[in-house]
Amino acid sequence: MNIDLIFKIAAIGILVSVLNQVLMRAGREEMAMMTTLAGIVVVLMMVINLISNLFENVKTIFQLY
Amino acid sequence: MEIFQIVAIGIIAVVLIIIIKGHRPEISIQISIAAGVIIFLLVVGKLASVIQLLKQMVDRVNMHQGFFSTILKIIGIAYIAEFGVQLCKDAGEHAIASKIEFAGKILIMVLAVPIVLTLLDLIINLME
Repeated sequence: MNIDLIFKIAAIGILVSVLNQVLMRAGREEMAMMTTLAGIVVVLMMVINLISNLFENVKTIFQLY
Repeated sequence: MEIFQIVAIGIIAVVLIIIIKGHRPEISIQISIAAGVIIFLLVVGKLASVIQLLKQMVDRVNMHQGFFSTILKIIGIAYIAEFGVQLCKDAGEHAIASKIEFAGKILIMVLAVPIVLTLLDLIINLME
């Protein structure tokens, strides 16, 4: 159901690091920093969704209300 | 069989993490989180059926219903605490990992108190 999620996160990671290199060479460090932060925020949103899903499952299974 | 799928996910995640670890270590940690959660979600159905089976056995023995749910809660707390501790250790934050472990132990102790009390009453009754 979600193996592609790992690939998506990895793709964003690689994309961000490549963009970072390109922008560094172009001499725009602040833009590079911005793209890095944007990439991390996007990945974080995905991972947070996944973790909340995990916590919901554990809550229902172990009756941890 | 799910085991092949799970091992495949684990290996793929590890390879991707190694690729990205050099450039973006923060994203590599999130890949390991995602892989861990995905593997758990794959087996969560089987876990639920095992717990249903245990519940039926408890009903047949007509043991006090509270004990089994407390045990389940303790297992749940232990699992989530372990999840957090391993994650922090992966990221290299051993201090936070030990704090989470400490908090988990306290929460489990709090849940175990009623059971210990009933055990104590039982022993006292036997001794009289």
